[in-house]
Amino acid sequence: MIGDLDFEVIGRSLPYLLRGLQYTVQLTVVAALGGTFFGTLLAMARLSSFRPVSLTAAGYVNLMRSVPLLLVIFWFYFLAPVIVQSVMGWERPPQIGAERSAYITFIMFEAAYFCEIMRAGIQSISKGQVGAAFALGLNYWQAMKLVILPQAFRNMLPVLLTQTIVLFQDVSLVSLLNVTDFVGASVKIAQRDSRVVEMYAFVAVVYFILCYSLSTLVKQLQRRIAIIH
Amino acid sequence: MSCISRLFLACIACTGLAFPSYAEELTGTLKKIKETGAITVGHRESSIPFSYLDDQQRPIGYAMDLCMKIVDAVKTELKMPDLKVNLQPVTSSNRIPLLQNGTIDLECGSTTNSVQRQQQVSFGPTYFVINVTAAVKKSSKINSLADLNGKTISTTSGTTSVPLLKTYEKTQNAEIKEIYGKDHAESFLLMADDRSAAFVMDDILLAGLIANSKSPAEYKIIPESLRQEPYSMMLRKDDPQFKSLVDKTISGVMKSGEIEKIYAKWFTSSVPPKGINLNFPMTPAIREAFKNPNDKGV
Amino acid sequence: MHLGIFLEQVPDGNMAWWQMLASGLGWTLATAFFAWIMAFVLGSIVGVVRTTDNHWAVRIGDAYVELFRNIPLIVQFFIWYFVVPGLVLAVKRWVVTLDPTQHQFVTAVICLGFFTSARIAEQVRSGIQSLSRGQRNAGYALGLTQTQTYRFVLLPMAYRIIIPPLTSEIMNLIKNTAVAYSIGLVELFFRTREMAEMTFRYFDAFTAATVIYVVIALTANRVMALIERRLAVPGYITGGK
Repeated sequence: MIGDLDFEVIGRSLPYLLRGLQYTVQLTVVAALGGTFFGTLLAMARLSSFRPVSLTAAGYVNLMRSVPLLLVIFWFYFLAPVIVQSVMGWERPPQIGAERSAYITFIMFEAAYFCEIMRAGIQSISKGQVGAAFALGLNYWQAMKLVILPQAFRNMLPVLLTQTIVLFQDVSLVSLLNVTDFVGASVKIAQRDSRVVEMYAFVAVVYFILCYSLSTLVKQLQRRIAIIH
Repeated sequence: MSCISRLFLACIACTGLAFPSYAEELTGTLKKIKETGAITVGHRESSIPFSYLDDQQRPIGYAMDLCMKIVDAVKTELKMPDLKVNLQPVTSSNRIPLLQNGTIDLECGSTTNSVQRQQQVSFGPTYFVINVTAAVKKSSKINSLADLNGKTISTTSGTTSVPLLKTYEKTQNAEIKEIYGKDHAESFLLMADDRSAAFVMDDILLAGLIANSKSPAEYKIIPESLRQEPYSMMLRKDDPQFKSLVDKTISGVMKSGEIEKIYAKWFTSSVPPKGINLNFPMTPAIREAFKNPNDKGV
Repeated sequence: MHLGIFLEQVPDGNMAWWQMLASGLGWTLATAFFAWIMAFVLGSIVGVVRTTDNHWAVRIGDAYVELFRNIPLIVQFFIWYFVVPGLVLAVKRWVVTLDPTQHQFVTAVICLGFFTSARIAEQVRSGIQSLSRGQRNAGYALGLTQTQTYRFVLLPMAYRIIIPPLTSEIMNLIKNTAVAYSIGLVELFFRTREMAEMTFRYFDAFTAATVIYVVIALTANRVMALIERRLAVPGYITGGK
């Protein structure tokens, strides 16, 4: 059985696989940045003292966190265009396409997870600092931007990065939409050349090396940041 | 929720309800193409030789050639020589929703024109006629569809073979277990890997997959048919302008005899990526479809 | 929404669509249940091993956790479903004798079991390490062996402390069963897609699935909160993570 293996298939299709990996990285970075941005806004909304705002934000976050990512991906891919169309009253659904749909889905989905991290980050800042900021005459947005959020980010950076590594792995699910991410590319090659065993083993090894190195880096970062408290 | 749902259903059918008696004002897909400057063609990845990826991962095939005729006609009709053509891979299970939600404008693959699907989408003229049957390993001792009783078979989810198999099981009192592949290549692999005893699918697709497999001599196709089905390109429903353009273009290709050349290129000559000749000459049913272009479903 | 669709018969089948979804839900819950038992047992063992004084054992335990945490779940599914039988002839010989549904189910349970066990191991380890060193020493001082110290002193407290993170692991596990659709397991997500594809009622099918998943999540949350309250040690704040 082992003698049957042909790892040359990897070399032959390497450029194609690397393009897939590039898309995976791109999608991860965009979704992490977008997710952090919207997640922070959501966290501020959740901590708002105005009930309708905090309840809406909480509802969104809890909904996103209780359904499988796959279901969310399919919702956005198939139904988002028609829903946008009917809400906006457009003549035809906007053309989103698989890859753009993936960007939107992951930003929206990750926002819910990043929200919870940022909420913990904001709450980790002592009430005294908020009071001090207001006493200095800063308004809410200034206090957030200049005092609270920079510290919250700093405290939560390792957690945000860990979540980003999880995201990097979750992105692989878009391969089920036929998007050519790293997994998608390898599935296509594996099936075309009937080299399933070699390709999937290769993908697992690459992911392991990447994710393990990244998480080791994050752990080191965590140790350095930890002294600040 | 019911409101959104109703809107959702309404907009499936919304693309072109107005009936233009004069081809002056554009509607539906043509209007969309004119306004956005682009047409998106949905293609398959392993429907050999209709619509599949070559060595450079570019979609090629018989259906792609025919669809490019339509793209050319659109360019002429709309006077848009620089029309942008986007290519979007689709699978058996997502092609219909992606057509409906506007992600693709035209699907060029190996789609059966069925009456059930006609309630959702519209079809161009039949460009191929297939028989649903099974591919098995020669070593498997399966020689007829009846031999599948008690076996595990693989098929591709979202295809007409799925309900067809269920009906077959019921009417023949057969006991068949199914595994579903997400695309034909995967379903074939399940059979090649002995996970299933047979792969039930359209004969021509089976022939294409066998020809491109590692050892084509290991497999055979059962010479029986569950059903005969017409293939065609898929477009949105209730879009008379685009539909008539598609019909006119494809019937033109069929009547002018140009179809013979395109057919020969993909079915009786060697095709990429491995240079294999499928040797699938025109059957009487296909010849009939070319002589009298129609979009009748099964 | 037109609820009538759920009462309609599945074409050529013997069930209505709601029954189809219900059977999918059954597979989802069954998969999650067995995977959870496997994950809990394995995760506890590995988690405990990682807090012992044996360096080699700790290192093997760490490697175990890293292995299952750093490979995407869908790739792990492919490994168990395609690569393992492809490499090990004995496994291949066994799986081809199985009914495909059984094979998919067993694969899903094993895959999710290992995947989740690594995460539970991490929780168990941090739960034990969050206890003060004094508890362990007190156990030893009382003349308990290491096993007894874990069994009667450390683990009972550690498990109570980690109930909240375990709750989210249970919910993750249930959600993760949807990925088993990639190997063809007929769980809830598979059935939802099937219904959408065959009836073209994407909106209705996906809405139904969303509602079901939300209900499961809420229920799991409530049940775990109840367990947490039942098991609370008086005077000891649990779940204050």
